Amino acid sequence: MAERYSSFEKGGRRWLWQRITAAFLVVVLAFHFFLLHFVNHADEVSFLASSARMTDLTYYSLMVLFLITATFHGVNGVYNALENQGLSGTKKRVVKYTLIAASVVLVVQGIRTANAWAGLPTF
Amino acid sequence: MSQSYDRGLVEDFGRWREFSAGMWAWVFHKFTGWVLVGYLFTHIAVLSTAISAAGQTQAIAAENDVYTTVIVALESLLVVRILEVGLLAVAVFHILNGCRLLLVDLGVGLESQDKSFYASLILTGAIVVASVPTFLAGVF
Repeated sequence: MAERYSSFEKGGRRWLWQRITAAFLVVVLAFHFFLLHFVNHADEVSFLASSARMTDLTYYSLMVLFLITATFHGVNGVYNALENQGLSGTKKRVVKYTLIAASVVLVVQGIRTANAWAGLPTF
Repeated sequence: MSQSYDRGLVEDFGRWREFSAGMWAWVFHKFTGWVLVGYLFTHIAVLSTAISAAGQTQAIAAENDVYTTVIVALESLLVVRILEVGLLAVAVFHILNGCRLLLVDLGVGLESQDKSFYASLILTGAIVVASVPTFLAGVF
């Protein structure tokens, strides 16, 4: 039998969630790039244009979900990569809670930004 | 029955000349992943100027609010456009190799995993080269 070689903890669910978010991100990241570079152009960006997209509830929901899944996928990937490099003990716990705190800040700030375009409270 | 190969550790980067295609795919996927997560934080930080702009009704209508001004100023720089092409390359490779990883995890096409890595590289190159005119439009 092949020996086990993986970047992920044995028996963990983080591997599965990394794959589930990946399947979603493959489609939405491609859509994001296509919409904001090929349909709309970089030199035509304005608050009004961003706002027009974000006031559409479907687009707003998709972008918030995109933000949350991308944050999870990115931060979980970093954590797994560090674990794979041998991170353990107290350092691992410090990294874990730092990454969780950074994720919360990123998601909150991203939602505040989306709300600014959508005309919703930025709290 | 699956076979076991002792290729040594991919983390031991000093022996990169001995790396197989799958090991390079692993290295590139990690590298592009680090770049993308770093960019995600930067991206939200820059876009956050929209929060300050939100109340400036007149400036928004005149398109000289802080968000529009910052983005337009950044997009007018050639170096930013070149970095965006780099970001596209990184994102496209991560997406294509990610699809390859999903297939590998499902046990699909395992015997061609090296070929699918080369295909990811070639397709990334083709998409990036074809996108250069769009990404540089309006900067000159």
